[in-house]
Amino acid sequence: MNEVVHLRRVKLWIACAFAWFAAALAAGFLFSLQFLRNYPFPGVELLSPARVRVVHTNGVAFGFLVTATLGLLEYVVPRLTGRPVLSQKVAWLAFFAWNAILVAAVAGYLLGEMQAIEWGETPTWLDPVILAALAIVAVNNVLGPIARHALSERRGLYVSNWYFVAAFVWTGINYFVGNFFPQYWVPGSAGASLTSMYIHDLVGLYVTPVGWGLMYYLVPVVLRKPIYSHKASLLGFWSLAFLYPLNSAHHYLLSPIPMWVQRFAIVASVGVHLVVYTVLYNFWQTLRQGGTEVYSNLSLRWFVAGAVAYLLTCLQCAVQVTLTFQEVIHFTDWVVGHAHLVMFGTFGFFVFGFVHELWPRLCGRSRWHSESASHWAFWLMAIANLAMWLALMIGGLVEGNSWKGLEPFTRSITSAAPYWLVRSITGTAILAGFACLAWNLWKTATEPEAEAA
Amino acid sequence: MRALERWTSVATVAGFGFFGAAFLALGVVPWLLTDRVAPVQSGAAFDAKFLPPSVPLGFRERYGDLASFKRGIDLGRRVYIAEGCWHCHTQFVRPVANESARYGPVSENWEYQNEMNLPQLFGTRRVGPDLIREGGRRSNDWHFAHFRNPNDVVPESVMPSYGWFFDEDGKPNDRGWAITAYVQWLGSWRHEEARP
Repeated sequence: MNEVVHLRRVKLWIACAFAWFAAALAAGFLFSLQFLRNYPFPGVELLSPARVRVVHTNGVAFGFLVTATLGLLEYVVPRLTGRPVLSQKVAWLAFFAWNAILVAAVAGYLLGEMQAIEWGETPTWLDPVILAALAIVAVNNVLGPIARHALSERRGLYVSNWYFVAAFVWTGINYFVGNFFPQYWVPGSAGASLTSMYIHDLVGLYVTPVGWGLMYYLVPVVLRKPIYSHKASLLGFWSLAFLYPLNSAHHYLLSPIPMWVQRFAIVASVGVHLVVYTVLYNFWQTLRQGGTEVYSNLSLRWFVAGAVAYLLTCLQCAVQVTLTFQEVIHFTDWVVGHAHLVMFGTFGFFVFGFVHELWPRLCGRSRWHSESASHWAFWLMAIANLAMWLALMIGGLVEGNSWKGLEPFTRSITSAAPYWLVRSITGTAILAGFACLAWNLWKTATEPEAEAA
Repeated sequence: MRALERWTSVATVAGFGFFGAAFLALGVVPWLLTDRVAPVQSGAAFDAKFLPPSVPLGFRERYGDLASFKRGIDLGRRVYIAEGCWHCHTQFVRPVANESARYGPVSENWEYQNEMNLPQLFGTRRVGPDLIREGGRRSNDWHFAHFRNPNDVVPESVMPSYGWFFDEDGKPNDRGWAITAYVQWLGSWRHEEARP
């Protein structure tokens, strides 16, 4: 079956995703030092903390998660459809173009070409290029093989492919709407409503569906058991498709955006409970069918930790989206903690789970170079991420209540200092965990397999 | 059930349909409605009369006429965007959490219906305070000193210093003047209302 997958390119995608993640983590750690007033490069324009911040956020979203998922999709889609990408040449072009785009984006941020769209800070001149690259990847790597498969077999698709097809349609429109409408045509609060659509749907309609689509492939493959309920899969997908796009305005609650738009978004956001419980129940039951596998398999461990983080973030979302909570926690570190738990704690962990299963196979080996390094990577990152989330959540409550209590503004900064210190420390632990993982990845690829002990 | 598994229904109904519906409801409709309430104004939505009396003479010396002052404010907005100021400062006052007591009048829709809000700069995080009512509150000199080294004027601040807004001799350059003009412009259209 592997002749439909271009294994070497999958390997390169994953290696690039890891390199970008290293850069993004370093940028995030650097930026966190500014909050401790110990930034190592003060007064250097090209390394201004506010510019480096964007290398962190966009580096995680586009550099790490999009690059990694594009690589994993190049593995999963051909395996699920039995068909290779439409053109190997175009797939190579997409691989190099995507990395060139990321380099150009980083250069743009650091040189002061940022665009004022959150998560879409890529310079305006780069936006059309990204849109073209997305369209090429979507047709050549994802929609093309899936459509050919569906047309010749004349039957429904496997659940993963629903998520992939929809995610690339959504993201194509979303990128255009989010980066062009508020920039050129729609100012003010309606523009903010569209910006929030982009912010929300980059995570909700690319990262989330592709991440879950990959897990609908990975978990049954690892367990050698089918997904528990097809109907739950259907309900999970269609309720996500319907509810997530309607969530968006919750990023600017209590703003001048018309209040009915905000209330609408709040109701839809609370409705996300339906999606979460359906999908998680389906996977929970699937894991139960696998017996004790979940205790010993490291891929599943990454997945389960990610799924728990998903449950926590989504529960948090459905609470924090109410106006009662918004009054205090909006604009605070609470939201920053929430974002870390979603992007890294859930979907970063999903990617690591998949890579854990796939990487030795891509390198023609039976297992990883060092099992203890794998354990260190998991526990360091899992514990550090949870601790960071908790610290930022408490710090957010401190900041929000300080403002509401009309303390001098600087009090909210001095009160938050201990939580920012915890963030930098846990960030160091995440860096250390990732170093274990990256070292292990490198050794697995380059060292000949040791004899089984 | 079968229909829900086809790639065509996934692409058209879930992909284009649901997203399009959300785009209509949460994007296009508010766009048309706010445009009816307060039409979008071209250029910087302010006039000489909007400049608060407290805006010092320095701008007049630097920019001379109003047209070049407007260009300065527009450059200031671009600096504000390029330096990522909007990641740590918001630009709207909410009707809750005593914000009008801290910052001033609650933000209204019409204030943002102008080309200076393409793209809008509401922001989502307040490491530093909200800025939409900042204009005229502090002197230009305060802002210059603050941009050069925030801790000189606010010892607790975690804002980075922006040495590249200044010449070798320590005087503000084009960007230093522009960002200050922009910050002094923010909220100037409502400076006559009561403020904390």
